[in-house]
Amino acid sequence: MIRVDGLTRSFGAIRAIDGVDFEARDGRITGMLGPNGAGKSTTLRVLYTVLRPDAGSASVDGINVAHAPLATRRAIGVLPHAAGTYPQLTARENIAYFGELHGLSGASLARRVDELVAELEMADYADRRAKGFSQGERVKVALARALVHAPKNLLLDEPTNGLDVMATRALRALIRKLRADGHCVLFSSHVMQEVAALCDDIVIIDHGCVVASGTPGQLLAQFGAATLEDAFVAAIGDARGLE
Amino acid sequence: MNAVIRIVLLKELRESLRDRRTLLTSLVLGPVFAPLFFILILKLALARSVAAQDEAVPVTVANAAAAPNLVQQLRESGLTVTLRDGSDEDIRRWIADTDGLVVLYVPENFGERFTSGQPAAVMIYADGSSSRAEHHAARAQQAIASYSALIGGLRLQARGVSPAIVQAVIIDNMDVSTPSARATLLLGMLSYVILLVTLLGGLYLAIDATAGERERGSLEALLTVPATREHLIYGKIAAAAAMMIAALALVTTAIAAALDFVPLETFGMSANFGPGVAWRVFVAVLPFTLVGAALLTVVASFTKSYKEAQSWLGVVMLVPTVPIAIAGVLAVQPQAALMLVPSLSQHLVIQGLMRGDPLPASWILLSAASTLALGLLLAWCAGRLYRREAILGG
Repeated sequence: MIRVDGLTRSFGAIRAIDGVDFEARDGRITGMLGPNGAGKSTTLRVLYTVLRPDAGSASVDGINVAHAPLATRRAIGVLPHAAGTYPQLTARENIAYFGELHGLSGASLARRVDELVAELEMADYADRRAKGFSQGERVKVALARALVHAPKNLLLDEPTNGLDVMATRALRALIRKLRADGHCVLFSSHVMQEVAALCDDIVIIDHGCVVASGTPGQLLAQFGAATLEDAFVAAIGDARGLE
Repeated sequence: MNAVIRIVLLKELRESLRDRRTLLTSLVLGPVFAPLFFILILKLALARSVAAQDEAVPVTVANAAAAPNLVQQLRESGLTVTLRDGSDEDIRRWIADTDGLVVLYVPENFGERFTSGQPAAVMIYADGSSSRAEHHAARAQQAIASYSALIGGLRLQARGVSPAIVQAVIIDNMDVSTPSARATLLLGMLSYVILLVTLLGGLYLAIDATAGERERGSLEALLTVPATREHLIYGKIAAAAAMMIAALALVTTAIAAALDFVPLETFGMSANFGPGVAWRVFVAVLPFTLVGAALLTVVASFTKSYKEAQSWLGVVMLVPTVPIAIAGVLAVQPQAALMLVPSLSQHLVIQGLMRGDPLPASWILLSAASTLALGLLLAWCAGRLYRREAILGG
């Protein structure tokens, strides 16, 4: 459960997000949709505690992210925009490293890594070094390390970036499975289809503000639109950044 | 040790040890080849100075018939004399044709002036722009001068005068340097080699763990684990220091082994670099690894990319050599206050050990304490740097 209230953050004179409010509930997939530069990544970065908010507040499972960053980090799994891996470590070691940093060790860590390797269908390359991995393989490793401590909440920043069709489908299936397991999944995207295909709730962000939010049905009704695409265009005023 | 620091330390080391290129530059090229290279140069320099001393000096004598005794004296002084007749013009041509040739020309009136007790002139022809010819000419001059002094002495004696009367002042050169100290002068460069190779050992890890991690895009994910950023960066500094310690151990061992192959004793020099000294040098430089690791990490943290970090650190690597160079130019003597300057204090401690004249224990403790203090300060700075949001770059 993620709650964001009036979140504001500036970089110098530029106000990246300006009073963002929304809620992402457990057992649902919430998509943040908006053109590039709308403030999606900044919102996520405040949520996963690498940036501090100027004003407003955000909480994960009731934990205030600004006041208790360490506790917040234990409650979330993060796939940042740049999902780089360690080239000299194998997929398994990449995942295990994050597991150790989350306090796992020994047999329970090995078991958890095995589980993830199986669940994400990584067995073919789990023991290969990450330096030759394709983008799809790298994203899976990054996702597995985000899940290693079995967090209740998941923050994914443009997770399908650079993935081919098959990898995208596999990722969607995985995100649905996480929803079915009762996780709270929040992800950002500038791809309309992505959000339409996956999300239970949509938060449309533009110029650092939430311009509309709700279920796909609610959004269609609110803008009197026939398709989500029309609703999106109506919400942000034009078709900037639409894919 | 804090669990996070240990986990990061082990992971960084594992990655570095798996990267063949890093391993090669950090632990093979630097620690093994640098001393070998240095000692090869040392050996060549020594071999050259020996060759220069024992070399047979060739001298061509023109019109030798006018001065048979002088020629005999030249031969007895170890010069290889070639007889060849020719005029001033011929001699100039010979020299132009043969590099390093030295020609002694005896004028026709030499014998006449010599027997009548007047100063008899000879001419030495040599190309002053050639250092070899210069060297040969000096040897010929020496031989002629001693012949002249010998004959002069005999003439005075024949007239009932002691030859000592013409020697108002004589110079005796007293070289008071001990063999070991002389060697140390020559081997003074070794502490540079040790300190630089030690820094080089951790260079790639320091870059990879900071600028590299950011450039590869794994830093942001790392910062979302439930650990304080200080602990993450301390782990990285510890890993760089561990690599430096490995490089330091290798380089001291390599130097101790390689110096066995240099015949320093034949020159009356002894290099105090046996296993005992190597071990003490290792211990004396240990605190410096923390300064090096933290310094490189702090600087690499400021840079935006791997490439930028590489070019910056190339310069920063030289920073610890600056105090040593300044002290070398000013010829400063070891003193307690200098023990507060990291790198310089290690240099002085190494010098003392190699000279067989170790510095007082309290000074060595002072060196270790001040170096460690600076290392901790730099590590703390690195921790502060990593707490800034800007560390993510972008």
